[in-house]
Amino acid sequence: MTVALEMRGITKVFPGVVALDNVNFTVRKGEIHALCGENGAGKSTLMKVLSGVYPVGTYKGQILIDGVERHFHDIRDAEAAGIAIIYQELALARNLSVAENLFLGHELKRFGIVNKEKMHKESERWLREVGLNVDPRELTGNLGIGKQQLVEIAKALAKNAKILILDEPTAALTEQEVGILMGILRELKQRGVTCIYISHKLNEVLAIADTITVLRDGQTVGTYPVSEVDEGKIISLMVGRELKERFPRIEASPGDVMLRVRNYTVMSPDQPGKAVIRDVSFEVRKGEIFGIGGLMGAGRTELVMSLFGAYPGESRGEVEIEGRPVRIRSVGDAIRAGMGLVSEDRKKYGLVLGMNVKSNVSMASLQAFAWRGVIDHNRETAGGLQAIHTLRIKANSPETIVGTLSGGNQQKVVIGKWLTTRPKILFLDEPTRGIDVGAKFEIYNIINQLVRDGVAVVIVSSEMPELIGMCHRIMVLSEGRKTAEFPASEATQERIMKAATGGMEA
Amino acid sequence: MNTESQTAPARTETGTWTGTFARLFRFDARAYSMIGAVVLIWTFFSLMHERFLTPTNLSNLFLQMSVTSILAIGMVLVIVAGQIDLSVGSLVGLTGGIAAVLNVWYDWDPVSVVLVTIALGSLIGLMQGWIVAYLAVPAFIVTLGGMLMFRGILLGTTKSVTVAPLDPSLKAIGQDYLPEFLGWIAGAVGVIGTAVIVLGSRWRRKRYGFKVAPLSISVLRIALIGAFILGAVWVLNSYKGFPIPFIIVIVLALLFTFISRNTVFGRQIYAIGGNPEAARLSGIPIRRRILMVFVLCNTLAAIAGIVLTARVNAATMSAGTMYELDAIAACVIGGTSLMGGTGTVTGAILGALIMVSLDNGMSIMNMESFWQYIVKGAILILAVYMDISSRRRKKAA
Repeated sequence: MTVALEMRGITKVFPGVVALDNVNFTVRKGEIHALCGENGAGKSTLMKVLSGVYPVGTYKGQILIDGVERHFHDIRDAEAAGIAIIYQELALARNLSVAENLFLGHELKRFGIVNKEKMHKESERWLREVGLNVDPRELTGNLGIGKQQLVEIAKALAKNAKILILDEPTAALTEQEVGILMGILRELKQRGVTCIYISHKLNEVLAIADTITVLRDGQTVGTYPVSEVDEGKIISLMVGRELKERFPRIEASPGDVMLRVRNYTVMSPDQPGKAVIRDVSFEVRKGEIFGIGGLMGAGRTELVMSLFGAYPGESRGEVEIEGRPVRIRSVGDAIRAGMGLVSEDRKKYGLVLGMNVKSNVSMASLQAFAWRGVIDHNRETAGGLQAIHTLRIKANSPETIVGTLSGGNQQKVVIGKWLTTRPKILFLDEPTRGIDVGAKFEIYNIINQLVRDGVAVVIVSSEMPELIGMCHRIMVLSEGRKTAEFPASEATQERIMKAATGGMEA
Repeated sequence: MNTESQTAPARTETGTWTGTFARLFRFDARAYSMIGAVVLIWTFFSLMHERFLTPTNLSNLFLQMSVTSILAIGMVLVIVAGQIDLSVGSLVGLTGGIAAVLNVWYDWDPVSVVLVTIALGSLIGLMQGWIVAYLAVPAFIVTLGGMLMFRGILLGTTKSVTVAPLDPSLKAIGQDYLPEFLGWIAGAVGVIGTAVIVLGSRWRRKRYGFKVAPLSISVLRIALIGAFILGAVWVLNSYKGFPIPFIIVIVLALLFTFISRNTVFGRQIYAIGGNPEAARLSGIPIRRRILMVFVLCNTLAAIAGIVLTARVNAATMSAGTMYELDAIAACVIGGTSLMGGTGTVTGAILGALIMVSLDNGMSIMNMESFWQYIVKGAILILAVYMDISSRRRKKAA
């Protein structure tokens, strides 16, 4: 078979991070080629380079389509070369009809006026290609997620796509819909469409792909025919990095159970009947660090947000704090019950960037700085100074505007906010994402100090070395279910990855 | 909150002229530029016409700005919280009309009239705020609907006739002046209050072990603010004294500055406007706060309604028309961002002063009234452009 696509020596650097380091990626015509790797391995970045999201010049390396070097200045260039990308979050206009979506931006016109009849007729043809039996006049939003996915594929085909990139296409699909999608992909393959398939679900990958390329930490590990690998092998390729000891680990001194969660289920706020967390139970003791691992979309953030009273979806199950059942209906309830949450995206959820350090630090416990609703500015300043000193925040004064601080220092301000509430349980969701190594280390030390002070700490992290290096016990979630729990001493990257990709062991 | 940076062992630019000035008044750059704009406008008009900078005209000017100022004080909170209130103009008309009807047609005594009218404003605020906060209808829509409805209710209640004249003691709220000696007493209270606040905060900071400015700076600050207050009393007393509506503005401005800067409620409003998600995840009860913001804003609108009716000694069908836009413009010129999260009461009052100065100056020069609309509109756009470009420069630096 001939080569459809070759990416040679692709290097993409973001400020402070090398996202792709000399990556080579070759796809043959008419194959289904799976791209595997952990969160942050560089899969999405590579596909954005390929589809023109990062224009030529912002990366190093060559892209060859059918043996000819191409330069994509934007997505349109890539589309013209026959490359279409279908994202995890579908990019359809829900309030337009199926036909309008199929031809969005390429409307069929006569004398400048949209020719609806022709568009409907053409649409029917493309919908048949993907085995979808819907009226082109139907509102796209009325279709299920699975059907919308097929509309996306039909849209790509209508644009004459020769290379189809599917990013986690089955994340939101039911088992039956997955089956239909697989069938369509095999049919397209028969017709010579090349497909790049990105998925965390290794069983799917093994079932449908011809070839697998594994990325790790921005580098190509290798490309293998699917007959030569199995799940265990892929996992070891994905995680097979050396673990260098760079965590200021302390041993646990577990006390009484601080938080006990039993049969906890969280419903999706958007999709009725769909659970984002199903029947999860665990407990966290005083003075230990409990890690929650899993891949993106496993429901980790939803779990901690829901326990913290901040998730819009309904929840069922029992939650106990220090042996007493609690009912958390709002963030206010959670704070009063002694919980704190350092959220995933500090700029979006953690900070008011236009406010100064002390106002952010005092935000979740303002009543403690006030008397009869009147703030004591001096006491607040003292609180801000204390946070700056104990967390070593690099800020000129408590009046420094938070938006001017570096990422690591902003994260420390968020942590300072929650330390000021004197929590018994502190959730940290991806606490070191986007933070430089020095600041990371300092944050680990802060976490250790909390544990010594008897706080129960829960860390959600996509970085397996961080989980293994810092936590005392690790729970792994996959598609909303708990698939494993083990002490850190027994944890390996392979074991976590196996549980995260759906392998039950508990 | 980025205005009026509060105290602290912050690194102050000492030695420079602006540094000393900043330590004296603790204003930020935006407040300076607005005070500069007022000085510029006043200089211009006093050069164009000798009657502009006279006690008579200044007294008049403060009287003119009172209604817009009262509305702007409430509007600042609403905009800072990330909302908008388009209904306050109609609400001024409605509450002023109700006050006049109760007083003129039903012979209610002024005290009851005032209390009932203010309560009506609060009640309307409760309703609008509830629909915005709890039923999640966008504030733009709710208050646009309110704007139409309140005007309609006014026309229905007054049967589209002008209701006049008011009881003299009710009329006094809008037309009377503080007697000369009371003006001096008020001025003295102001000076003593300034001294107590400045020295008190200095003493408390010292007790916390924070660095404080030298005593001489504090004394100088008290002296300058005191001179300003007494100067204002002297100017106004040389005409008829402090107009009562202006006294109301000063009292409300002080009260709401305190609320916005020193209370948990005020701080949480800024947090909600600055980043609603972060506010929610910090346990701030967003809906309750938004509700309260509308209650305060519409209560102030009722006060403005009473002042307006009292000042013109009548309630008309068109009273308050377009006042909501004046109030919003005053806030925006005063540095309030429509994105929410930033803005001060002082800024809004200065914004109102700039707008009224333009109005007043142009009428004194006998310019045709269409110019006033054009100039005010241009100033509004210019003010926001300068604000945005200065922020962009700050970001680039």
